Amino acid sequence: MTITADRPIVDAPSSESPPSSGGKTLLSENHGWLSQHVGTALICAILGYVFGHWLGNYIASDYIYIANSGTNAVADTLALGFGAVGWLAGIGALNYPIAKLVGKEAKQQETVNHWTKYIRYSTDHKVVGMQYVVGVLLFLFTGGLLAMAIRTELLNPTTHIFGPGTYIEIVSEHGTIMMMMASSLVVGPLGNYFVPLMIGARRTAFPRIEAFSFWIFMAGYGVIVSALPYGGFPTGWTGYAPLQTQAGAGMISYLLGFAIIGVGMMAAGFNILVTIIHYRAPGMTWSRIPIFVWSILATAALLTLATPVLFAAGTFGVLDRTAQTAFYVTEHGGSSYLWQNLFWFFGHPEVYIMALPGFGIVGELMPVFTRKPLFAYKVSAAGMIGVALLSFFVWQHHLFQSGIDPDMRPLFMLTTELISIPTGFLFLVGMGTLYKAKIRFEIPMLFVMAVFFNFLIGGITGVFLSDVPVDVTVHGGFFVLSHFHYTIMGGLVFAFMAGIYYWMPKMSGKMMNKKLGLAHFWTMFIFFNLTFFPMFILGLLGQPRRVFTYAKNLQTLNDFSSVSAFFLGLSFLIFLFNLLYSMWINPVKAPANPWDSLGLEWQTATPIPPHNFDRIPVILTDPYHYSEVGATPLADFGGPSPVSPVSASSASAPTSASEE
Amino acid sequence: MNDEPRHLRRMTIIWLIISVIADVLFWFLLGPHMAPGRLTSTAKADQFDFNFLAVIALPVMIAIWVFMGYSIRTWSAKRAGVPEPVGGEAARSHKGAIVSWMVITTVIVLFLAGFGTVALISDHGSGGGEGPNPIWSPTGATSAETAALTTSDSWSPSSGKVLVVQVIAQQWKFTYRYPAFGGFETTQLMLPTDTSIAFNVTSLDVIHSFWAYQLGVKADANPMLNNVAFTDTQQPGSFVVRCSELCGLWHGAMFDYGKVVSKTAFMTWATNTETANAANTKDLAPFAWTYVPDANGASGGYYIDGGVTPYSKAELYGAKPSS
Repeated sequence: MTITADRPIVDAPSSESPPSSGGKTLLSENHGWLSQHVGTALICAILGYVFGHWLGNYIASDYIYIANSGTNAVADTLALGFGAVGWLAGIGALNYPIAKLVGKEAKQQETVNHWTKYIRYSTDHKVVGMQYVVGVLLFLFTGGLLAMAIRTELLNPTTHIFGPGTYIEIVSEHGTIMMMMASSLVVGPLGNYFVPLMIGARRTAFPRIEAFSFWIFMAGYGVIVSALPYGGFPTGWTGYAPLQTQAGAGMISYLLGFAIIGVGMMAAGFNILVTIIHYRAPGMTWSRIPIFVWSILATAALLTLATPVLFAAGTFGVLDRTAQTAFYVTEHGGSSYLWQNLFWFFGHPEVYIMALPGFGIVGELMPVFTRKPLFAYKVSAAGMIGVALLSFFVWQHHLFQSGIDPDMRPLFMLTTELISIPTGFLFLVGMGTLYKAKIRFEIPMLFVMAVFFNFLIGGITGVFLSDVPVDVTVHGGFFVLSHFHYTIMGGLVFAFMAGIYYWMPKMSGKMMNKKLGLAHFWTMFIFFNLTFFPMFILGLLGQPRRVFTYAKNLQTLNDFSSVSAFFLGLSFLIFLFNLLYSMWINPVKAPANPWDSLGLEWQTATPIPPHNFDRIPVILTDPYHYSEVGATPLADFGGPSPVSPVSASSASAPTSASEE
Repeated sequence: MNDEPRHLRRMTIIWLIISVIADVLFWFLLGPHMAPGRLTSTAKADQFDFNFLAVIALPVMIAIWVFMGYSIRTWSAKRAGVPEPVGGEAARSHKGAIVSWMVITTVIVLFLAGFGTVALISDHGSGGGEGPNPIWSPTGATSAETAALTTSDSWSPSSGKVLVVQVIAQQWKFTYRYPAFGGFETTQLMLPTDTSIAFNVTSLDVIHSFWAYQLGVKADANPMLNNVAFTDTQQPGSFVVRCSELCGLWHGAMFDYGKVVSKTAFMTWATNTETANAANTKDLAPFAWTYVPDANGASGGYYIDGGVTPYSKAELYGAKPSS
């Protein structure tokens, strides 16, 4: 570690501003309503949209193919593109690069401790983390409402609530929004908030890129939701060409939406990756970083390496529609397989972008609630890295019946099944940690146990899907649909909930209400399983995905699933109410370390000072020395620790920091 | 602390009992009813594979559930007399447990991959679409397909040859052509019993997927591509055909039914239909592995320029044999 060598431990200045803060922002001299915030961003987005639309019409309205088709794809694309740029300019994301571009001194925005910091372009990772909480919940609840609509339509095979076109729009929008949400669900809120705290850093490596990643994520929300007024898109979240080429204007929102979200994912991944590699406190060796950080590291690597493919794929699609390229148009020399390959080459690592952070939360929380060290820490980290690497070599299992050359089928069956070995490490780690523990079933721990239950079903059914002969029956049906809801919702969303209940006391200084939490957990756990387990049976009985009608004899199962889904929706309302109740209606101040965690993030003061640590701590050991008499304290804070140390690790003289 | 072996032994006994019961119940009660049924040899093999995976997966799942359930019950902090856990090196790692977990999972996974590969190859691709150049095909398939293209294909109950059936998907229906019977096109899918079938699946517009559920056949229908899947029919019966790849507005309504009938009944139906359809067949594009409709064709064309690009019909974009 060379950080201490060139950066001396300094006492933080007494003012609120971070040590690196230099002055005012370029465009705003004050922090009143005339400065840049989400309102100005919205106005600029609208202006950008109008300008883009005008420009597109000005440029392209007399192109023959546009004059004849009646819709101007160029105008639609430019409108959304300039809308997104306007949004970023309005929030202030462009101030710094433009200032640098014109040779002016680029100034740092001040962090003002006022609630309005949450609606501004903040470079404080804790503010960005909180912003992401609101952002992902917006995605989650939008997608959830659409899910309710899907289950309502499927109540009856012959009586229809929606027309087939509306239904397909709803299904496609649900899938796409949920995928976008899930790729940032943990990395965005909890990754940005806690990774610097867990590795003993004062900030992330690129705070402006971090803020940019959030605000472009929200631009992506606007773009993907804009598909609805444009008439939606009929392709599902997979967007297969030539259906994509055939689709109407809403398809641009999908393609551009993924490209825009992709930029945000790359930015977020890159920032977190560099932060973890370079901003660890002295002594925070690779064998001491918390397992959650390992999972975020693996995820960030995937975000950085896989998302460019998505960006390219989306951009090609936009070009096909506007510039009349033919990337995906077979009879003009392109290939619809190109889309399938590009999409899944991104899409399968994406699946692990959505799974790995969940594993990380589970691994991080288990020691706290079992009062035992994490079992097989190195195996766990190796498993995550193994999953991340292997995830690039399995994408063709989505194309087993596609008509692509069959030679490679046994290979992709093998790689897909191999990935269950490192995934299985998670269960080894979980079981080893539970063994002879003293388990406290607090709300976060309940969610952790639910992750094991759900993900086991999700994971094992994945082995069925990887087997080519079995896949002939289950591919493209409700079986696979249930499988990925079990992994993504049963794994990631449950893990996210565990993380929120666990870390909210640190983030907000307030405890989440336990009774409401119990009600939330049990309704969510029970009705999640009652909603999705019948779908395995539906799939085996021959119900394909994305259909508005089905065989009459499947109605009982479908109705059972639908009614359960409504209660599952209710559980999310309970969660939302709990959040509002615990944060604003009846806030209860949280103890400094409510779960008696040894984690570094809990050793900071609450509320966390803008610079996190008055002195950069020197890490002496890993954070899992639970129930160990005479264990080394976690870190040397260069003074009294802001929080009294946990009793489980009785303080003793620091031993040599040479565990690595 | 000498109760460590006892916990593990108890768990093992519980696991063993539940696993054996679950496996036996599954294999004998549920197994025979699992998808996709037993109408064809392919379906039978796919069903066997599913059941085989299930009886391996069930004990694995039960092992983890028993362990978790046992832990929740035994080591809950609420339970009186739960000893304080012990940290330190011993709790962090257990070489035996880690190594045996890795070895067991690796062996299972490699075994399953091998099993799947053998099943895939021995069953002519297990009813999955193998693309235009299938590498696992029943004997005689290639010659039947070559003959189909030169319109010299013929099939009779005694010939024992592979029957070529072309599946043409378009928004939002399936039609079928029988090259062995003059290449007539029909909306009915009829198959003879005890025959190897080569489904040649293609599309006129977007990607569909031909899923003959009870046959154990699934092959994506791609425009300008011939995707071949095989099955061997056995007893008579009817089956559902559904599109299983999202193909637009009426994807949910894109299904029909097919029948496997006796060889004589099939011959009667085929020859009758050939005669009845003769006038229509003359107007169809010549039999080919793929067809591309012109811009104003049945699909409405999938060019976004509203039909501006000049298309010549037959000579450029009409039916043409695949190279």
